[in-house]
Amino acid sequence: MADHLLEVRNLSVDFHTAAGTVSAVRNVSWHLDRGETLAILGESGSGKSVSASTIMNLIDMPPGEIKSGEVLFEGRDLLKMTDEQRRSLNGKRIAMIFQDPLSHLNPVYTVGWQICEIMRVHDVPADKARARTLELLKRVGITDPEAAMGKYPHEFSGGQRQRLMIAMALALKPDILIADEPTTALDVTVQAQVLALLEELQQETGMGLLLITHDLGVVAEIADRVVVMNRGEVVESGEAAEVYRNPKHPYTKRLIDAAPGKGETREEGDRKGEPLLRVERLQQHYGGFQALKGASFTIMPGETVAIVGESGSGKSTMARAILRLDEPSGGKVIWKGRDLLQMSPKEIFAIRRDIQMVFQDPTQSLNPRMTVYQIISEAWVVHPEILPKARWKERVAELLVQVGLQPDMARRYPHQFSGGQRQRIAIARALALEPKLIICDEAVSALDVSIQAQVIELLDGLRRDLGLSYLFIAHDLPVVRDFADRVIVMKSGEIVEEGPTGQIFDHPLQPYTRALLAASLDPDPEVQAARRAIRLSEGLVPA
Amino acid sequence: MKSFIGKRAIASAISLVGLVILVFFLSRLTGDPTDLYLPIDATQEMRDKFRELHGLNDPLIVQFGRYVWDLLHFDFGDSIRQARPAMDVVLEGFRWTLTLAVITMTLVTVAAIVIGSLAAFKVGGVFDRISSFFSLIGASAPDFWIAIVGIVIFAVQLRWLPTSGTGTVWHWVLPIAVLFIRPFGLILQVVRGSMITALSSAYVKTAKAKGVPPRPIIFVHGLRNAMLPVITVIGDQAAGILNGAVVVETIFGFPGIGKLMIDAILQRDFAVILAAIMVSAVAIFIMNLLIDLAYAMLDPRIRY
Repeated sequence: MADHLLEVRNLSVDFHTAAGTVSAVRNVSWHLDRGETLAILGESGSGKSVSASTIMNLIDMPPGEIKSGEVLFEGRDLLKMTDEQRRSLNGKRIAMIFQDPLSHLNPVYTVGWQICEIMRVHDVPADKARARTLELLKRVGITDPEAAMGKYPHEFSGGQRQRLMIAMALALKPDILIADEPTTALDVTVQAQVLALLEELQQETGMGLLLITHDLGVVAEIADRVVVMNRGEVVESGEAAEVYRNPKHPYTKRLIDAAPGKGETREEGDRKGEPLLRVERLQQHYGGFQALKGASFTIMPGETVAIVGESGSGKSTMARAILRLDEPSGGKVIWKGRDLLQMSPKEIFAIRRDIQMVFQDPTQSLNPRMTVYQIISEAWVVHPEILPKARWKERVAELLVQVGLQPDMARRYPHQFSGGQRQRIAIARALALEPKLIICDEAVSALDVSIQAQVIELLDGLRRDLGLSYLFIAHDLPVVRDFADRVIVMKSGEIVEEGPTGQIFDHPLQPYTRALLAASLDPDPEVQAARRAIRLSEGLVPA
Repeated sequence: MKSFIGKRAIASAISLVGLVILVFFLSRLTGDPTDLYLPIDATQEMRDKFRELHGLNDPLIVQFGRYVWDLLHFDFGDSIRQARPAMDVVLEGFRWTLTLAVITMTLVTVAAIVIGSLAAFKVGGVFDRISSFFSLIGASAPDFWIAIVGIVIFAVQLRWLPTSGTGTVWHWVLPIAVLFIRPFGLILQVVRGSMITALSSAYVKTAKAKGVPPRPIIFVHGLRNAMLPVITVIGDQAAGILNGAVVVETIFGFPGIGKLMIDAILQRDFAVILAAIMVSAVAIFIMNLLIDLAYAMLDPRIRY
């Protein structure tokens, strides 16, 4: 067998928990060569990160247990080495970066200290480490490296922090870089920059890049080969483009089908007549900071309007201001001909029945100590005029069926459900009040692609059946493309562009919208290659 | 930063004024010192003279006015019992208590941090067992009981240590050992819990991926992050000792501020009570300020 730089053979890892033993991965095998990018693709719980954690000796044992297998680095089995031998490889020969750079950088030490540390523990003298740190910071595009060294992680933006992590990981020119969801927490334009940086650095150093991701778009953008994992097993592997074109395993096929952004955009309906909601010059100031600088738009009955934008664009501020969860600084929100912002608390209370909100993280927005029945029926405790108590049980069962759950699940608690199911519960709770408008604030962002597709389908079905309208706030453009009638693009508290979905996606007028679209990743490697060409030629990646 | 200290000082001064007023009048409610200091068969003339001498004849409000006036001139009054400035008496006692507190808390802090960190690193290991043993004792055994049992075993039976008083280094051993147990058990638990959180954090994962060995992972990466809640509890416990380790000082006949305060209350030595309260209040103010500064020093995200 040819010698690979890194080879995982028949790896099986179990986790012993109070609830029983879980096989995190079973008989996983893959290999990585110098200068190549291998992506491990999988949804949450697929075990995609476990082999990387095994390589880095990051699995806590117990509860973890390596049941079988080998991890060969340059032909030597890492699993047979002492902890000390493995530490001498970690950081020096094999380095790793993670999903959320803010929590993965130590908050109480300066960035310079943390980058120097990786060299110090591998016996580089302090003065050399310092010089190399400056060089690295410059290389990854941090302006004023000298000053950056003395700063702390919280003083940088998300994208910069991932650059710092990359600088740190590459300090000793490792042979392998493992990147675990390196761009998942980043805005699309920043994601494109970070991926481009990783690719450049790989070409420069010839290292092998192992990329762990849930995102077909990231695979299409950067991977040479892909290993698809599901429920702890490798279901398929091969050239990235080939796997996309001819997926052999049913799971891979399902995953590719579920990827959003491929269908036809919706035809916009008739926008004549009285809108359901009219927002006029809505403003929100926090101290001297203007989070919303006078945004205006309308939502027609039965319409789905999406607000897209990157972090800090003011899209969530808008949602909170409309509902007066945060009191807006100025403007009007006209609901059924009356200004919400002028209403008394009592009137607002009544209006909140009509406008419901579904949040991003169902784990946090559902009370863990209440049963599903209590969570859903709480709405009627607050608004008893909707439903007599005798009918609550029946109605909760109806709602659960409506969102695709079982009626007998009403007795369970939120932690007994998966992320997608929890979001369904949150939707059922919103529906309990029979609202006219549901504001979804990144409601599907935390969900796996296949689950995301199901939840979107559910929302769309409810719109058809119940005539609901949605204000759909998202950073993910492909999801919006499939689901929205109209799209509003926001940047720095202002609406940059607004129009029917088809127009925004196919003929964007504003440079910012074009940059946003160019930076968003398509699951098809060929489409992605074409986009990269456009991006490079037009220099569209905004700084 | 300066304005922060200033604001805190003003807020503390206001509470101190309130405290002085409260204690001044409450202590006078305990009765007339004349009855305690003069023999039962003292003549009315002697009593009047005693009252006159200590300014006890005037109405309370006048006495208070005079007291405040003297305070403004840094005159804290005289101790009736010792017939010398109350502040001198208090500072003498405070020196003993401060030394006791500093030694005890240093030992507690070092021991709790080291053992708690190691306990957190290997949950269920040797250090973890030590930590649960001590925190159980600290939480459940009353200190006066431990003190008495300590005297019975080490002073009376084994005759290794003196029973009470001061003089040699050996006199310090039992008071410190008894004072040690409760804060040690408590701080140990806080360190352990806080370190378990820190050691399971994402930045520790990064450090492992960098090849950092276990010891710096615990004491450099973990500890500094885990210290904030620990410092709060250390301050709280130190304040407890500074305020007068009354029970321990009384049992061991240790001339600290706690014993002094108890004696002063029993003897209606008003000036001493007030001076002692002011000294410990200022000490606690300074310590709280140091804790806040330590926060900012440990965590760059905290700025005043």
